[in-house]
Amino acid sequence: MLNYIQQILPALLGGTKVTLSIFAITLIIAIPLGILLGVTLTSKFKPIKWLLNTYILIMRGTPLLLQLIFIFYGLPLLGIVFSRYNAALIAFILNYAAYFSEIFRGGFQSIPKGQIESAKLLRLSKWQTLRYVLAPQVFKIVLPSVGNETINLIKDSSLVYVIGIGDLLRAGNVATARDVTLLPLILVGIIYLILTAITTYILKAIEKRTNVWR
Amino acid sequence: MLEIKNLTKKFGNKTIINSLSIKIPTGQILAIVGPSGAGKTTLLRCIIGLENVDSGEFFWNGHQFDPTNSDPKNSIVGAVFQNYQLFPNLTVMENIILAPVKVKGVATKLAKDEAQKMLDQLDLSGKENLYPYQLSGGQQQRVAIVRALAMNPKILCYDEPTSALDPDLRKEVAKLILNLKKDAVTQIVITHDMEFAENVADEILKVTPIK
Repeated sequence: MLNYIQQILPALLGGTKVTLSIFAITLIIAIPLGILLGVTLTSKFKPIKWLLNTYILIMRGTPLLLQLIFIFYGLPLLGIVFSRYNAALIAFILNYAAYFSEIFRGGFQSIPKGQIESAKLLRLSKWQTLRYVLAPQVFKIVLPSVGNETINLIKDSSLVYVIGIGDLLRAGNVATARDVTLLPLILVGIIYLILTAITTYILKAIEKRTNVWR
Repeated sequence: MLEIKNLTKKFGNKTIINSLSIKIPTGQILAIVGPSGAGKTTLLRCIIGLENVDSGEFFWNGHQFDPTNSDPKNSIVGAVFQNYQLFPNLTVMENIILAPVKVKGVATKLAKDEAQKMLDQLDLSGKENLYPYQLSGGQQQRVAIVRALAMNPKILCYDEPTSALDPDLRKEVAKLILNLKKDAVTQIVITHDMEFAENVADEILKVTPIK
């Protein structure tokens, strides 16, 4: 059995690499995008708010799997063609940015107005207020929700399977179909567990650091 | 001397403050008293520049100023809010020196020394590295006062400084305000606590709701 594991492990690790790259790139782009959209959602400019809310409604209201299929198989019918990998990234970034923007909107709105007024009276600029007063407080508030979404993303990334990307799940499934054994799928499960465990550990460590103040 | 001329503030059609004029000589304490809904807090918010006025002019020592102007050089008014509004993510010391260092460009070391002096005077020695949640209400209030004073305002305003304090602490605040008077800080105190107003104020302004 160990021999067999050694045999398929390189393929599984190759798949893990793809899974991790989709995970990391999505996070790196979707979180800042979510912050930007979240701040915009707190503005008073109606048309943009309406537009953003429609976008969020669609992204949160339809299955991510549908969005993935729509972008890779659907859009080419309109002459818009993406590579598999890019289609996956676009779908994940658009979907997760919608969730993140709602999380950050809630974060910004839960800061008492008095904090901003207090900063204004101390003559802090808008940027300084954001940097030293608002951002650290919002960060602490949104951390648990952002953490949840981050762990979801690791598992959701397996959806790229349907557009034929060689991620961790596909690597396992290929081996199972070829060798008629459950072992590859069990290994895939274990690798996902390790990834989520590491992420959970990192999130907890960050949360602990923000717990010095309340 | 602070002089406010013909201050009028409306919310929609409702007039909250109607052509009010105030003069406060430097170093004196004005208490603004009145029932809830009389516009005390609105008046204070106009003076500290958090509300735009419909009409009215502000003068400090004869020079006109605009309280809503957030230019650091124009730092005439400071305030202590009812619930203090300390920044929970910063320690006591960081709360106090944030604005002097970032806005005025004071060297960190110098700002800390100044802050420490004031903290020591207000019986807050040893609290520098605590976070606001670790302080009692009275201590938080004193930190808020130090934080406001660190920007060297000409006028310090308080919104209901006694509302969250027990009777002993009320006396402490009164003492604190009177001590600042000795340092020639001009002060405006909003309160519904008549006894407190009479204890600290040189002059009392009674406001009533406009029918």
